[in-house]
Amino acid sequence: MINRMSTKFRVIASYLFLAIVVCWSLYPAAWVVLSSFKPGKSLYSESFIPKSLTLDHYTELFQSGSLMFSTWYMNTFKVAIFSMLLSTFLVTITAYALSRFRFPGRKASLTLVLVLGMFPGFMSMVAVYILLMQLGLLDTHMALVIVYSFGSIIFNLFVAKGFFDTLPKGIEEAARIDGASNFRVFTSIMLPLSKPMLVFVALTTFTGAWVDFIFASLVLRSKEKWTVAVGLYDMVNSYQNAYFTLFAAGAVFIAIPITILFMYLQRYFVDGLTAGANKG
Amino acid sequence: MPSKGTNRVSRAQPKPHSDGPMKTRHHMVAPVLSALIPGSGQIYNRQWIKGLMMLLLSGFAISYFASTLRTAVWGMITLGDVPSRLEEVNGRSVNVPGDHSINLMIQSLIVLFLFVLYLIVYISVIKDAYRTGRKRDSGLPPATFRQTLTFIHDFKFAQAMLVLPGAGILFLTILPIVFMVLLAFTNYSSPHHIPPGNLVDWVGLDTFAQLFRLSSWSGTFLGVLGWTVLWAVVATATTFISGLAVALVLSQKEIRLKGIWRTLIIIPYAIPQMISLLAMKMMFNGKFGPINQYLSHFGLGQLPWLTDPFWAKFTVIIVNIWVGMPLSFLLISSVLSTISPDLYEAARVEGAGRWQQARIITFPFIMFAIAPILIIQLAGNFNNFNVIYLLTNGGPSNPEYQFAGHTDLLITWLYKLTLNNNIYNIASAIGIILFIIIAGFSIWNYRQTRSFKDEEMTQ
Repeated sequence: MINRMSTKFRVIASYLFLAIVVCWSLYPAAWVVLSSFKPGKSLYSESFIPKSLTLDHYTELFQSGSLMFSTWYMNTFKVAIFSMLLSTFLVTITAYALSRFRFPGRKASLTLVLVLGMFPGFMSMVAVYILLMQLGLLDTHMALVIVYSFGSIIFNLFVAKGFFDTLPKGIEEAARIDGASNFRVFTSIMLPLSKPMLVFVALTTFTGAWVDFIFASLVLRSKEKWTVAVGLYDMVNSYQNAYFTLFAAGAVFIAIPITILFMYLQRYFVDGLTAGANKG
Repeated sequence: MPSKGTNRVSRAQPKPHSDGPMKTRHHMVAPVLSALIPGSGQIYNRQWIKGLMMLLLSGFAISYFASTLRTAVWGMITLGDVPSRLEEVNGRSVNVPGDHSINLMIQSLIVLFLFVLYLIVYISVIKDAYRTGRKRDSGLPPATFRQTLTFIHDFKFAQAMLVLPGAGILFLTILPIVFMVLLAFTNYSSPHHIPPGNLVDWVGLDTFAQLFRLSSWSGTFLGVLGWTVLWAVVATATTFISGLAVALVLSQKEIRLKGIWRTLIIIPYAIPQMISLLAMKMMFNGKFGPINQYLSHFGLGQLPWLTDPFWAKFTVIIVNIWVGMPLSFLLISSVLSTISPDLYEAARVEGAGRWQQARIITFPFIMFAIAPILIIQLAGNFNNFNVIYLLTNGGPSNPEYQFAGHTDLLITWLYKLTLNNNIYNIASAIGIILFIIIAGFSIWNYRQTRSFKDEEMTQ
């Protein structure tokens, strides 16, 4: 009897605990979403749930001449799509070559990528900036696409390589016995099998382009070239609470698609992290 | 036509000439020719297309290096002789462009990198001429261009795939890192050594001496380093413990609707950090933020969440729990699900209580699986730029520090030094130190786990 009572107490306490955790987790997001529907511009609000709701901020985002939100949105979309395509291609071929083949210098290349990943990224930003200046690529979206894509090799290589490592060697050998060439094995057997990994790499780069405000703000100097992340950061930094509700609307607009993508992808993220750390 | 197989064998071990004295000396002539004029050895070996391609490439390369290599070496050594200056021309002062040390350094680096690449090509052209010559000496015909392509496709597929990514990494990652490492040995800093008005010079280890000996800099460095270490440890520990607590509570068998709870709990992880952290900055706003509003609503005073040194540190840790807990929770949950229920059953039979079960089974399991990830997270928090930069931007500022605030980590300090204050040499020295710390951590960690040592395919 006492045992059952204590179990009941434990379960109730657990539900209570979980409810508190969920409130804590959701409060900031809920607050931003509600603020985005709140009339007025300021941060200050009398109550958690606004007394009246409005869609004004969303329409203003896309109609206001000074904000250029729709231009930024299109810019980001363009950069994100092209980086996604290029980076998926680069990461796949790099990881495939380093995973399925044995050749001199392979271990050294892997170690090199590992070491390169440990340098603080800002250290190289100044040099990349001057490099882009030399190439006349400053203030262009192409610069972002190139830098994001080649940068993603270093970030995603080990996840992608880990994936190729797990593909059974038997399939490949069977195909080779049937006379398939290296190129054919790669394109018609390995690539179709690696769809989940391709999706993972593609979407991480895609989302990366939406949230990077540091490198993008360094490279993109003119306002009409900005991406949404740069625009939002600028909105908060230069106006603080004067444009808060507008920021909230912009934030919701960007966060929703990315949040959904992430929720869909979270399994891969966890797998990638654990695979990198304690496979074997 | 020799099959691919023989092609490979003959490359690896040239046939011995047991059937009489060597009549031809192609293996001597071809490499010497190629060493004098790259590509000519290949043409001598009757590999027309390959030879012509090499000739063209070399012609291009030599004309390029003839005009640039001298300047590059000079630029690398001197970093320029004359700064830009104003000169009187016909009574008007005109800006005369001089040497821009930093641009000169990058241009020189590019040329030197290309030159090393060309040297590698040059040496392999000679080697190739030698190999083909050897093959012809033993009576075999030289490989046709088609055969060469087939050979690359069959035996050098991986290397061919890596050319483009390798080139990109070389110029977009390695070159910038070399450049920044070199900056630590120069005096490139505001206000006296900023091109084009001034020249930058090599100063050896002076930058490090300045950072460690000059009390204003060393005080900032030690202060920021101390907080960085404290932050990394506390941030990692708090997210781990909170993630563990939530995972343990949710894993109880009496809890229903696990999937829904899980989804709700990990939402903060899915929201882009840039957005959630900017929102948090507003939430903790001292004057208008909702947190202080609630506090004053309940009659409690307002707190300087982001503007007081102590409270700012407190706030960043709390916000980091919000940001980081879901990932720890996910990881620990996935470990928990792998523990076999039989273990608990056996422990219960032996009379172990809930606490004992947790101590004997759950914690060792989790620690075993999570320890390497904890190290990665520790290293990640060490360089956790987003949380600090977006929330406090390192503030509140500390008057005793050089260009740093109370919550600045080494990484945000580095960022401020480069992009806001143009003190590149010190920033670069800090970057090198950061790299050494992180690399030390990671190497130790990888030694501990087998994944890097033994990564042969599972099947």
